[in-house]
Amino acid sequence: MNESIIQLIDVVKTFGDQRVLEGVSFDIPTGKTTVIAGASGQGKSVILKLILGLLSPDAGRIFVDGKDITRMRRKEFNGIRTNFGVLFQGAALLDSLTVFANVALPLEERTRLSHEEISAKVIEMLERVGLQGHESKFPAQLSGGMKKRVGLARALMLEPKIMLFDEPTTGLDPEKSMDIYRLFYQTQQQFGYTSVIVSHDIPKIFNLADQVIILNMGKVLIFKGAKDIQGSGAPSIQALVDKTMGNIYHSNELE
Amino acid sequence: MMLHQVEKIGESTLYYLQDLGRMGIFLFHSMAGIFKRPFRFSEFIKQIRVIGGNSFPVIFFTAAFTGLVLGLQGYYTLRKFGSESALGSAVALSLIRELGPVLTALMVTGRAGSAMCAEIGIMRISEQIDALECMAIDPYRYLISPKVLATIVSIPVLAQIFNLVGIYGGYVVGVYLLDVNPGAYFSSMELSVVNRDINLGIVKSFVFALIIVWVCTGRGYFVHKIRNAGYGAESVSRVTTQAVVLSSISVLVWDYLITAMML
Repeated sequence: MNESIIQLIDVVKTFGDQRVLEGVSFDIPTGKTTVIAGASGQGKSVILKLILGLLSPDAGRIFVDGKDITRMRRKEFNGIRTNFGVLFQGAALLDSLTVFANVALPLEERTRLSHEEISAKVIEMLERVGLQGHESKFPAQLSGGMKKRVGLARALMLEPKIMLFDEPTTGLDPEKSMDIYRLFYQTQQQFGYTSVIVSHDIPKIFNLADQVIILNMGKVLIFKGAKDIQGSGAPSIQALVDKTMGNIYHSNELE
Repeated sequence: MMLHQVEKIGESTLYYLQDLGRMGIFLFHSMAGIFKRPFRFSEFIKQIRVIGGNSFPVIFFTAAFTGLVLGLQGYYTLRKFGSESALGSAVALSLIRELGPVLTALMVTGRAGSAMCAEIGIMRISEQIDALECMAIDPYRYLISPKVLATIVSIPVLAQIFNLVGIYGGYVVGVYLLDVNPGAYFSSMELSVVNRDINLGIVKSFVFALIIVWVCTGRGYFVHKIRNAGYGAESVSRVTTQAVVLSSISVLVWDYLITAMML
C-alpha cells in the first residue's frame, strides 16, 4: 500500500488575475485524517475541487493512488472517482429526490444490485447516521444537520477509500457540529477511510487531525497535528495561525 | 485608450469563442447521453409530461385564438378579391408552414425552457451537478439527455396539435360567424396543402426543439461560467432570462433560414 494516497506536486491555480495556489506541494497519508485550514479565499475548497477533478490545475501534478489525474481522460478518471466520497458544504443533495433516493443513488447508478439489496443497504446506512424514519422526506424538509447526515450516508454508500469533507460543520450550531464530528469519527473507525477535511472549526477539528495543512497566500505550511503547531514556537507561524484562525492556543477543547 | 479598446474586443471575442465551443461540446455530450446505458426511461416519461403534457393548455388556447384571428383577418383580406372560399387554405398554410411550429416553440420556451434553465442552474450553483460528477455519474446522461429527447419528441407533437386546433379556430370564425361554406373551407385546404408543407412544418419543429433544449439547458449548466451573470440566485434569474431571449431569437432566425432553404 502507498504511504500517500494523494500527492500534490507544485500545483498552481489562478482565477483571472488572482493566483490562489502558488506551487503547492503536499502528501495526504493513507488511512489518516488531514485537515486543510486557512482563512477565507486562501484556496482550501479549490484544493478539494482539484483533487476531485472538478477543476484543472494551471500547472503541477496531482496523483491519486499513484495515478496522475491531471493527464487522465474523463472516462478513466471516473474509475478513480469511485474511490472518493464527498460531503459538500451544503450537502448537495438532489432536491427533487427523497432522502431514500438520494442515498440509494450511487448504488443504483454504479452497481448492479437488486432493488431489495439496495433498499436493505440504504435502510442500514440511514440507521447508522441516525435518520431512520426520514426516508420519504425531501431535502427541503430537513434541518442543516440532517442534510449533512444524509450527505454523509450517500458518500459512504460505495465504501470509498478517501472521504473529502468541505466545511462539514458550516452553518451548524456547536451541538450539531459535535454530532457531525462524532459521526465522522465513528464512520472512519468502521470504514477505515482516508479523510481530508477543509474546515474553519479549528479547535474541534484539530483534535481529529493526524496532519494539518495551513494555507496562506497560496503557500502551505504542514504540521503533524495540533501539538506540532504549538511546539513549533516560531513567531511567524504563531502570528500566522493567530491571524488566520484566531487564538487556538487558549482553547480548552484543544487540551 | 485605443489599446484598451482593442484589448476589450479581443477579450470579448475569446469569451464568445470559448462559450460557443463549450456549448458545442455540451450539445455533443447531451446527444451522446441519449444512447448511453442505462437510459432513464422514467425520467424521460416525466419530462414528456412536464414539457409536453403541461404545455398542452397553453398551446391549446394560443392555437385557438391564433386560428380565430387568422380566420377574421383572412376573411376580410380574401373578400377584397372575392376569394372567401379560400379561407381554409389560407389558415391552414399559415399555420402548418409558419405559425404552428414557431408559436409552439415560443410558448414552450416561455413555459418549459425557462423552467429547465432555472432547474439546471440551481443544481449547478448548489453543487448538485458537482455531486453527480463526484459519484462518477455522467450528468449529461442523468440530467440533460432525458430532457433533450423529451423536448424533441414533445414539440413536433404539440405543433401538430397547434395546427389542428388553429384550423378549427379558423373554421369557427369563418363558418359560424362569417358564413363561409364549410365544404369550401376544407376542400380549399385539401387542394392547397401538400406533403411538402407538412414536412416543412415538421422539420422546423424538430430544429426548434433542439435549439430550445440546447440553449436553455446549456445556459443553466454553465451558469457559473457566464460573464456578468452575477452570483447565486441572481445569476440563475439573469441566465434564465438570457436563455429565453436567446432561444426565441434563434427560433425566429432559424425559421427564416429553414424556410429559405426548403421553399
